[in-house]
Amino acid sequence: MSTVAATQQNRPLRLALRPVNLVLVAAAVFLLVGCLRSEIFAQQTVAGLAQGAVYGSLALALVLIYRATEVINFAQGELAMATTYIAFQLIEWGVPYWAAFFATLAIAFVLGTAIELLAIRPVQHKSVIAVVIVTVGLFVLIDGLVTWKWGGDIKFMPAPFGQEVYHWGGVAISRQDIGTLILCVVTVLGLWVLFRFTKLGLGMRAAALRPAASALVGVRVDRMLAIGWGLAAVLGAVAGLMTEANQFILQPSLMQAVLLYAFAAAVLGGLESPAGAVVGGLLLGVFLNLVGQYVHFVTAQLRLPFAFAVLLAVLLVKPSGLFGKRTVRKV
Amino acid sequence: MTALLELRDVEARYGQVKALHGVSLAVDEGRIVAVLGANGAGKTTTLRAISNTVRRSGEVRFAGRPLGRRGPDGVARLGIAHVPEGRGTFAELTVWENLRLGAYTRRGSLGADRERVLSYFPWLAERRHQEAGTLSGGEQQMLALARAFMQRPRLLLLDEPSLGLAPVLVTEIFRIIRELNEQEGLTVLVVEQNAHLALQVAHSAYVLEVGRVALSGPSAELRAHESVRRSYLGY
Amino acid sequence: MTLRRLLPGLSASLAGAVVLALLPFALSEFHTALAAQVGIFFVAVLGLNILTGYSGQISIGHGAFMAIGGYTTAILSRDHHTNLVLTMLAAFAICFVFGLLLGLPALRLSGVYLALATFALAVSVPQVALKFDRFLGGSNGVQSRETVSHTWLYGASWTAAAVLFVVAWLLLRGRVGRAFRAIRDSEVAAVSAGIALPIYKTLAFGISAAYAGVAGSLFVMGTNGFAQPNEFDVVLSLQLLVGAAVAGLGSLWGIPVGAAFVALLPTISKDVPLLGSAHGQDVVFGLLVVLVMLLLPQGFAGFLRTLTRLRPRAGEGT
Repeated sequence: MSTVAATQQNRPLRLALRPVNLVLVAAAVFLLVGCLRSEIFAQQTVAGLAQGAVYGSLALALVLIYRATEVINFAQGELAMATTYIAFQLIEWGVPYWAAFFATLAIAFVLGTAIELLAIRPVQHKSVIAVVIVTVGLFVLIDGLVTWKWGGDIKFMPAPFGQEVYHWGGVAISRQDIGTLILCVVTVLGLWVLFRFTKLGLGMRAAALRPAASALVGVRVDRMLAIGWGLAAVLGAVAGLMTEANQFILQPSLMQAVLLYAFAAAVLGGLESPAGAVVGGLLLGVFLNLVGQYVHFVTAQLRLPFAFAVLLAVLLVKPSGLFGKRTVRKV
Repeated sequence: MTALLELRDVEARYGQVKALHGVSLAVDEGRIVAVLGANGAGKTTTLRAISNTVRRSGEVRFAGRPLGRRGPDGVARLGIAHVPEGRGTFAELTVWENLRLGAYTRRGSLGADRERVLSYFPWLAERRHQEAGTLSGGEQQMLALARAFMQRPRLLLLDEPSLGLAPVLVTEIFRIIRELNEQEGLTVLVVEQNAHLALQVAHSAYVLEVGRVALSGPSAELRAHESVRRSYLGY
Repeated sequence: MTLRRLLPGLSASLAGAVVLALLPFALSEFHTALAAQVGIFFVAVLGLNILTGYSGQISIGHGAFMAIGGYTTAILSRDHHTNLVLTMLAAFAICFVFGLLLGLPALRLSGVYLALATFALAVSVPQVALKFDRFLGGSNGVQSRETVSHTWLYGASWTAAAVLFVVAWLLLRGRVGRAFRAIRDSEVAAVSAGIALPIYKTLAFGISAAYAGVAGSLFVMGTNGFAQPNEFDVVLSLQLLVGAAVAGLGSLWGIPVGAAFVALLPTISKDVPLLGSAHGQDVVFGLLVVLVMLLLPQGFAGFLRTLTRLRPRAGEGT
């Protein structure tokens, strides 16, 4: 028993020296130095962080669902887009922006749990592929419903943080970017507190990790899954609303590219790791911006394939993502 | 006096294979009852039938009322703690989180419960933040008991607590079980292959063979019984 | 395998072949074109099923192989005046090689990671085609030298479908098929049984890619011989996956249903009255996909399996 305790004491040090963490520290140092030396670098970094915060939020939603239900929810982006349209509608009806914002989050939660109850639960235990296909079907269905109800033309929503741009030591930082970062960080932190410190969060974690054992201690596993989907939808709504604010326009294809980047971020971080999804998103956002700025081969068209090329490269070296746990497959 | 737990003609199946062919047993409140038998006799299945983690038919009554179609979480909420084969440890969570999960069905603060648990398992205090999967087998078994105790159940279902443990640890665990029974009035239904130890601790026992109750009675009687001695006690 | 067990499948196939041979005489041009599309998706879904249903490796990127096959046909026809049927063979061969190449790194990935890696591939294909516009024609695409009639396409696609179906059937009931199924069910067990994983897993990729390549080749012939990047977007790969799931993974008999589902439904849903606009089609299609999966999680083949299980077997007592 004493040897185990001894190894436990070394844990913080061993954790710090893990290759992944060293890479992260190196990246952070690189970014810091770059920001101090070049204003354009700093601008792209900040903008990239804001963009990455959105990717990370949606990626976190994907990871939440993957951990709970073991599927990739292809409809996550479209659901986020649909909830953004709901916010748009509320604002059209005269509701002030922030009231509509929070109302939309609540509606998103309800929609997420409803989808889990109606479309996922019936097939969840029967076939993994069936669930994936259901999400694909939902992707098409939601897209169709939104376009049918609101049309495919461009819509406009008020800017949540205003259009102001601050100048700080020669670097131009928009209020929108700061607002996005803060909002996403707050949302993710809120979830972290929920999972770490509340009984509900513990129950949700347990249900995702070991459903059978959880049931034996009294956890209502099905209910936990539904709540998980609801929370994922809330994250998606935040991502959608911030994407709309960043792009200034609202149209049905709003989240399609974001979803793909979110996939990349989620896998980059390791699908089992919530922290990984967020970090993966931030990293992806920043480096894509920087690469787009400094590497001319990677034009706007190639941004997405480039992201995936990076992802594939990472996967070949670390098949379970940056933060994923190495499953020993000696075959 | 109605027993705390009653099984009447319980059948259970895994898919097409029937594992229990009509098992009836009763556990009185405050007693320790053992379920003995060879591998495949249906001991684990009996516990699973109670917590409804296997398809069952027949009647299971707890405190006089039938369990009905309640799932395992509903059974837990009624006050039955099931420590399954493999201990049901949440290996990825910390020791303290495991204990918190044990108390999931309880309302209110856990302060008093934590004190009581630590009085039986003092070493848990310093391991609070350790990942439960890094504990040794014996420690995990004790954690499982502690977790079940946090639930403050009326009935404890224990599946093969001695499995894979060194004899010294097994004795310790059974000592704790008896202490919990005597000090806290915990009713225990324990499934065990180690008949010798089980009969020492339990007040009475059932012997299962191929999914049916072959023998039952007070421990002393069973210990003296010819076929039990030959098949399960080795002399 | 006894003749008795083969009988239902054999008779169904023969009946199907007869119907298919006679169909063009009964259908209009437009419907023949649709039937040809079903044939094309039949080949592609068959290929995907070999990979995902039989060897257990998920791919959401088979649209990429269709793209390679399609561009092969267009380029060979445009630059070398190659006979279209020969281009199909070339597409088969080239995609087989590409499939093997993709199968190699795929060995390192499993389950959902593989699915997302192939998904990444599918997403990237149109962009890559746009970028390398000198060779691949960019957004203008590549135009083949000749075009074909709907009836010709129908004949070509269903002939290819029939041939490739027989090849698949032979392959899957033999040692290769057994190896695939063993790998799908448990890689560890397969290895301990002496099955060389890398060989069979990459082979599965190669074969399924080759099939998709042929489908892509026919697909381009069906769009007036015109190979364009946005014809091969990620939606196509998703369609193939939906088709394979509706067909029922791990079985050959549901494939016509799966292929018809993805080939015909988008067109049929356009005609649904209640929703009016073109976007009603998405709603209907999406809803149907969800409903079909909820009702038949194992696909059409699974449905067939339940039917045969319900039928009482002769000679068994109660």
